[in-house]
This record gives sequence, C-alpha cells and structure tokens, in this order.
Amino acid sequence: MGEQPLSRRTFLSAAAITGLSAPLVAACGTSGPGSAKGGGKTLQAWVLVDQAQNRVQNLAVDAFNKSSKAGKVKLLPISSDGAVYADKLRVGMGSPNPPDLFFNWGSGSIRSYVQVGGLVDLSQKLAADPAWKKSFLPSVLEAGKIDGKYYGIPLRGMQPVILFYNKSLFAEQGQKPPATYDELLKLIDFFKSKRIQPFALGGLDQWPNLMWLEYLVDRTGGPSVFENIAAGKPGAWRDPALLSSLQQVRDLVQRGAFGTNYNSVNYVKDGAGLLFAKGKAAMHLMGTWEVSNQVDRHRAFAEKDLGFAPFPSVAGGKGDPNSVVGNPTNYFSISSKSAGKDAAVEFLKKEMSDTAYVDALIKTGDVPAVTGLESRLSASPTPEFSKYVYQMVQKAPSFTLSWDQALMPQFKTPLLANLQKVFTGKQTPEQFVAAMESVK
Amino acid sequence: MTTAVPVARHRHARTTERNSDRGARPGALWVLPATLFFGLFAGLPLVLVAVLSFTSWNGLGTPEFNGLANWSRLMSDSSVLDSLRISAILTVLSWAVQTPLALLLGVWAAGRQRNRTVLSSIFFLPLLMSTAAIAITWLTLLDPNFGLAAKFGRYLGFPDGNIIGSPRGALACVVVVVAWQFVPFHTLLYQAATRQIPQSLYDAATVDGAGRVRQFRHITLPQLRNTIVTSSVLMLVGSLTYFETVLILTAGGPGSATNILPQHMYMTAFRDYAMGYASVIALALVALGTALSLLIVRFSGFAKMRSTLEGM
Repeated sequence: MGEQPLSRRTFLSAAAITGLSAPLVAACGTSGPGSAKGGGKTLQAWVLVDQAQNRVQNLAVDAFNKSSKAGKVKLLPISSDGAVYADKLRVGMGSPNPPDLFFNWGSGSIRSYVQVGGLVDLSQKLAADPAWKKSFLPSVLEAGKIDGKYYGIPLRGMQPVILFYNKSLFAEQGQKPPATYDELLKLIDFFKSKRIQPFALGGLDQWPNLMWLEYLVDRTGGPSVFENIAAGKPGAWRDPALLSSLQQVRDLVQRGAFGTNYNSVNYVKDGAGLLFAKGKAAMHLMGTWEVSNQVDRHRAFAEKDLGFAPFPSVAGGKGDPNSVVGNPTNYFSISSKSAGKDAAVEFLKKEMSDTAYVDALIKTGDVPAVTGLESRLSASPTPEFSKYVYQMVQKAPSFTLSWDQALMPQFKTPLLANLQKVFTGKQTPEQFVAAMESVK
Repeated sequence: MTTAVPVARHRHARTTERNSDRGARPGALWVLPATLFFGLFAGLPLVLVAVLSFTSWNGLGTPEFNGLANWSRLMSDSSVLDSLRISAILTVLSWAVQTPLALLLGVWAAGRQRNRTVLSSIFFLPLLMSTAAIAITWLTLLDPNFGLAAKFGRYLGFPDGNIIGSPRGALACVVVVVAWQFVPFHTLLYQAATRQIPQSLYDAATVDGAGRVRQFRHITLPQLRNTIVTSSVLMLVGSLTYFETVLILTAGGPGSATNILPQHMYMTAFRDYAMGYASVIALALVALGTALSLLIVRFSGFAKMRSTLEGM
C-alpha cells in the first residue's frame, strides 16, 4: 500500500508505458559509480519517476553541484511504478555497480540490503551533527531505522493515511465525521439508508484494503501488535487484536460499508477517487496522495468538498487515537559500494533539509518531514491540509509504516491476497492467521 | 513452430533432390547465427536457471547451493498446484474460445470482397497494440460504477458490475481480454491458409451439389487441419507463458483466483525475491510446455507432415 503514491497519479500518463522500458537502458548501460570526471566524482542518485518531485530533486542536485568540490550528483529517474522501481533497484544493488544514492521506502524495502552490508550506516554521522539530526521530525527519522541504526535520510513529504469525507454531503445530511468506531457504524447505516455508499474502496488494487486492517489493529491493540509481527516473534499473528480487527473488517463488509462491487473498483485508474468525487461514496480511507490526485482529476471537488479527519478510536482499544499509519516518508540511502560515500553524505547533509529544497517541496503539496515548518506551509497549494498533516504527524505517538512495506518481501503477496479473501468472505480471520503463519 | 513447419515440409519433399547436391549448401554455417542467438538468449539462460534451481538466492550476493530443497518445496506447495489448476482452466478456456472465433473469422476474411478486406484490416488492429495498453484500457472499461461493466454487467449475471472482482468473473475477463488480443493473429493464420485451398475443390463440390455448410465441413476444415494444429500449439503453449494481462488486470486476484503459474513464478522471483524457488517453477513450466506441444504434435499426426494436397 502506498508504495508508489505519486506513480499512481501519473500512471495513466504515458509515463507508465515508457517508464517500463526506458529505465532498462538506465539500469543496464550506464557507467558505474565513481567514473572520475574532472575534479570530482559523479554520483548516481536513483529516484522514482515523478515529474513534480524530480523537478524539485533536480533543484537540490543543481544547488549541490554548483558549490560542491567533493563530487557531483546526477539524478536518474528509474520508473514511475514503485514495484518496477524496486525490481530494478534489486538488480542494480545486486550488481557490482549499484547506485550511489537511492530513493526507498525504508524498513522492509531496504532491510535485505542492510543484511548483506550494502548500505552506509548513518547513525554516527547524524550523532556527530545534532543540528542536522534535529532538522527532521523524530518520529519520521525513527521510522527509517533498521535494527536501531539509521540508514536513510527523509527525502520528501509524509504520507499518513487519513479519513477523507465529502464535506458538502455531510453538511447536507447533518452528519459529522466519526470520532469512535460506533459512530462510524452508525454513519454506515445512515448513508446506506440514503442509498449512498458509505466508503469508497479500491479493492481491486488490494493494498487499499490493508489500510483498514492497519488502523483497526493500531486502535485496538496499539503499535506493538504489528511491531511483534514485523520482528517475527512467534505467535505474533495470533494476537487477539489482529483477530478482532479482521472480524471488524468482515462486519464492515457485511454491513455494506464498501457497497457490493468494491472488489472490482481500482484506485490507480481513478475508480475509487471518482466514486468519492461524484458524491456516490461519502468517505474514503486513503493516503495523503488522495489530495493531489483529487486536485489533479476533480479540482472543484478537491477545493470545495474534500474534508479530512483522523481514524476513529475503537472502544476499549489500547491504541492511542492520535497514532497514524501509512508511509512516514521516502528516504535516500547510500550504497556502501559507492566510491563517493563522503560526497553522498555531504549531499544529504546540505540539501535534504535546505530551505530552498523544502520550500520547493511544499509548493508541490508535499509536507516535508522537517522541523519548524508551521509558518512556511502557507505556501502549499492546499495550506489547510498541509498544516493538518504536519500537526497530525507531530502529535502522533507512533507512526506505523504500511505493513506491506515494513514486512520482508515474501510476506507482501500473501498478505494482500489473504486479506482480500477476508474482505470477500472466502477466508475467516483464523484462516488468515494460519495462512500468514505458514509464510516463511 | 510456425517457422519450423514450412522449412520441414520443404526439406521432406526434397529429400531425394538434396542427396544429389549435398555440399552445395554450407549447412552448418547457415544455422550458425540462429544457433548463436538461440544459445545466448535461450539456451544459456535455461542452463543458468537450472543451476539456480538448486540454490537459495534473493538477488543479492552469491547464490548458495541448497541441494534439492527448492524441488522438495515444489512437491509440497499447494499454491503451485492451485496455480497449475488455474493455468489449465485458462489454457483450455482460451483455446475453446479463440479457435472457433479465429477459424470462422479467418475463413470469412479469406473472401476477396472489398468490405471483408476493410473490416478485417480494422479487426487486426489489436495485433499492433502493446499488451500493457490493452490491459489498462480494459481495466477502465471494467470499472463497476462508471465503465461498461456498470451498464452491461446485469446482462451477464453481475447486477452490480462486480465482474473483475469476483473469482469467476476475473477469470472470464482474462479469457476475453486475451482472446480480444490474440484472435486477430490466429485469424490471420486461418485467412492465409484458407486462401491456399485450391478453388477446384470447391468447384467440384458445387458440381456435386454440396452447399456452403457442407463445403466448409468437408473441404475447408480438412484442408485447414495443419493450420488448426499450428494455431492450437501456439495458443496452448502461449497461454502457459504469457502473464502480462493477468499482472495488469488482476495481479492474480481476487485472492488468488487468477494466479496462473507464470504469474506465480514472477511474484516468487520479483516480489518474494526467492530466485531459486522461482527457477524451479520456471523449469516446471518449460517441461510442461514442451510436453504439451510434443503431445499435440504426436496425437494430431502433425509430425508426419502429410500434405493436405496429396493426390491433387
């Protein structure tokens, strides 16, 4: 879930098709790191293809290249599809010429590189420069830790999952966003009686389903439930909070929270977003990128009707209702085979919390994981929302990374497939747990 | 298969002739480029995959030999069996849908009437499109709220348009999209083959008082026998290997309802990063495809390469 939020937005643009083939050239044919060129080394920085983001990243690269004597950085946008990007990164990292710097999702997406000693441990560099460390929001920096060490520097905005709702529709019907799970159930019944689908859900893409489970488990059992699962503790999948959350998922589906055909609705090609924007669905649980998608595709709706709220609390739950799930941010990590490690660290130190870079990010609608932005967020195209997200993450006692990103890769496919079976009633919560426990 | 057929037939007919001028052709040299190409891009990778199948490798570092662990995992893996079953269903359905369509369309398009030429060239358009573009377009059409599925779903037994999200519907969608894409190709085969049938056969049948249906059954169909076999082999073996449509349309879902074997292999290799085990699945696919095409060739009498024009 949420691994390639912006790719989703640009997917239909022909980039998707060219994006699949063009990077092959980049991945296969380019020279390795450290091809010495007049004075400094040229470092390769692999990033996800995204026009707005790449433009901002290039600003940082240009600024660095102008002043740096240590080396130059070259940005290589690889693919717009997160899964394809991850494949190519895998091949690149397995080759003798890995990229010097690369975009990633932290956690599960880089853990296997850490295990083979492929990444530079940044803990000491951060400790040696407290001002640099303090320039990032602690919860986001922490979320990028692996086995207690820092391997990534936040590179862009934060993407928590938010309960979006249609403001006009709610006002018209005299409703307000749910604060508790019971209120949520009442809202479902209410909107159903008005023949409005309570929630839009892009079930065809599978990952949107996961957001429901992540929030329900967090509210019911707190962040430790998933921490145990991610750490591979025996019996972690058997946690009662997980079982009861899966049962809640079943109840929501049976109650008609997502209509009957949610499993044919896609998110990537605007199926769920359009349902929501047209007022045919009242709410939508989605990552922050929903805002930029709606601004792109249904501007009038995005400006007038798009409301946002936190996920409701669950009665008797151990979780803090201020906690969030989603993608803390994307990170830049440095490959340990790089011939220009120091220059790469220098680049991250100078540019990733640089005022010009952060302001440029804000202008794209991103909410960077950088401290002290309160006043600067007014420059965002959606200032109200940006400030909301910024405060939400700062207030959050924990920020649980999307499970499919946090777990080791072999869990991802079974997790999504089995959860879809729970949604469609093909599997009971117990069968889900048994199926996940059998994954090695 | 298609390229091999005419060459083989050609040689067979010329056996005696060739004996007399042996040495006139630089035999080994002629096949060198093709052998090199095949060896480098098909033979070598196949050998490497075979080696990988005895290792544990996640794409990073050096593969480590783990003996027969991957192979014994294959034996006890119920998801592979499940994928195999879905692959078999998809293969049979694809063949059953595409063959009659392509055959009838091909015979129809073989006529020289102007409207047929125009219509068939329009009909061949899907051949030019990329699989990814086709799948993405269909995905939009299949949206249950705003796409065609919303309007026509109810006539197909899906009142809420939930076609691609239901296990049977999703499988049907894959069959239809694949057919939409590949029927034109097979139509082309049948069109060309139908045009090769001597007009004299039809003239003789007309004199004997055979109608169009009888002519089709007793002349066209038997004359197309070799083409039917060729096209079937391509379809059956093809449906064991392509998976782009599935990857983009359903990603193997809902649940694992369309998780065909190639898709399973791809996910094992490039999502789970279990390269060794994925190699085992790949080899199983190779064995299956080879066995299938050998079987068809054997039991259809195709191997004898008997011309349909014998006695003419």
